[in-house]
Amino acid sequence: MQLEERYTLKKSNPAVKVLVYILLVVWAFINIFPIYFMFTFSLKSNEEIFGANVVGLPKEWLWSNYSSAMNTGNMGLYFVNSVLVTTVSIFISIGAAMMATYALTRIKWRGAELTNAFFMLGLTIPLQASIVPVYVVLSKLHWLNHYSTLIIPYSAFTLSMSILICTGFMVDIPYDLDEAARIDGCGLWGTFGRIIVPLLKPAYATIGIYAFLQCWNEFMFANVFISDSAHRTLPVGIKALSGAYTTDWGPIGAALVIATFPTLIVYIFLCRRIQDSFIAGAVKG
Amino acid sequence: MAENKTKSKNTNFRKGLDIFLFLLPGILLFVGILIAPIAVSIYRSFQKWNGFTPGTFIGIKNYRDLFMSGSINWMTSLKNALIIAFFSVFIQLPFSLLLALLLGRKYKGERFFLTVYFMPVLISTVVIGQLWLKIYNPDYGILNRALEALGHADWKHIWVGDPKTALGSVVVPTIWQYVGYHMLLMYAGVKGVSPDLREAAMLDGATNWQVDRYVVIPCIKPIIRTSVIFAVTGSLKTYDLVRIITNAGPTHKTEVPSTLLEDMLFLRNRYGMGSTISVMLIILCFAFALAISWAFKEKEY
Repeated sequence: MQLEERYTLKKSNPAVKVLVYILLVVWAFINIFPIYFMFTFSLKSNEEIFGANVVGLPKEWLWSNYSSAMNTGNMGLYFVNSVLVTTVSIFISIGAAMMATYALTRIKWRGAELTNAFFMLGLTIPLQASIVPVYVVLSKLHWLNHYSTLIIPYSAFTLSMSILICTGFMVDIPYDLDEAARIDGCGLWGTFGRIIVPLLKPAYATIGIYAFLQCWNEFMFANVFISDSAHRTLPVGIKALSGAYTTDWGPIGAALVIATFPTLIVYIFLCRRIQDSFIAGAVKG
Repeated sequence: MAENKTKSKNTNFRKGLDIFLFLLPGILLFVGILIAPIAVSIYRSFQKWNGFTPGTFIGIKNYRDLFMSGSINWMTSLKNALIIAFFSVFIQLPFSLLLALLLGRKYKGERFFLTVYFMPVLISTVVIGQLWLKIYNPDYGILNRALEALGHADWKHIWVGDPKTALGSVVVPTIWQYVGYHMLLMYAGVKGVSPDLREAAMLDGATNWQVDRYVVIPCIKPIIRTSVIFAVTGSLKTYDLVRIITNAGPTHKTEVPSTLLEDMLFLRNRYGMGSTISVMLIILCFAFALAISWAFKEKEY
């Protein structure tokens, strides 16, 4: 370790190092600034934003922007809708993925590989591909504008990735455990319920995080399938709100903060876990 | 003997049933929402269909119109998607790779930079779009005001409204948002390169850049391939930022396949043509994914 450090130090040119730091810091600034900008203008009046104080901290902290976003803009409702749709989708996706992965990796049968490959098609298929028929069927069944209108497609869209991540975790569980359970008289379902499900706890977090972001931020399906305000999720709600407040920037900023900051705050505490779940999702594919 | 046979037949049947039941929820979701609709899309793509009456079969007319008829804007939308893909592959990915390699060299603050660069990935594209609209705003946006402050008032521009800059104003946030994503994947790869390998190259007198070029990059090639595939298929699927920032305007100049698809459903009632666009998107995504995998395989020695 020490050796390596010494060699790295000997070779690296201090001027290069300074340039590298300038690049890293400038890019960090470019990444943080929009978030800072969003937060500050959510607390300003139009006079401040359009006047001299574009990028500074608000002179007068206008929390009333948040109450207009919540009351007039219905952001509270959209937030609850997003939480509901996302949570249920994640549970369905994890449940279906675990069952399928169990059958695909821990039971020996011909066709397991082919079935797995079939599920992996979902990683490349664009979501847009199914939107026309699904929309037509849902509108014929009068099933647009329900929570389930979004929950079922979201569960389906995250399924392939969930199975992929699940497989990674499940192959690490020793097969001896299955055999021991079998000898103790557990059937396939018993082994699944008592051995696999409890041992897969780390997988839930990884899949959950990945699926959460997919569903929480999804816009196209939500925009196409949901037209009444009672079932809007946050992205659609923000679009509606920005249409209503074209000239008043403060409440829009507040809405953006409401939609974004919960995720960012969780990220600050769990950044490593969250990054790992993205890596798990992509590197194995 | 005979008893044994029936027993094993029974257990086999039981096993088959169990496998089926384990797969059932996944299959129902996957086939119901993805596979069956795609089959329907393929069937409908050969029809003239408004979504309500039964369609009439018109062969490949939809596909021909898609490429031949200018009023559909397919070629514009395809061109735009490919432009976005081009910038993603040749600007965004090299920059992500550079950041990943630099962070892989154990600079102080590595974790901090990594965490910050990944932040935009977590933000909804709708939020990103709204934010950038505020940045581009011709009267009060930061961009024009910054230009004014820097003494370049003549560079001020109606960024989103001008056909010349409209696509660019979508490309910039797209690239900006996902640099962190690709960087994270590549960084994971860089960290996975064995320190012994790096050390050995260093002892042989290689500089940092040489180590990156001849040791690290070849090691993380599979990750780069994944990133290229994601970047290209992601560009083909672009929707959110275009809808929010330019709304496919001005005068359809920034149309992309997904916005076109939506218009076919809601503005023009051309469900048959909408299905055709869906099918084209699937074909394009798979074709590019296969072509990229193939291109990377050729170069492996």
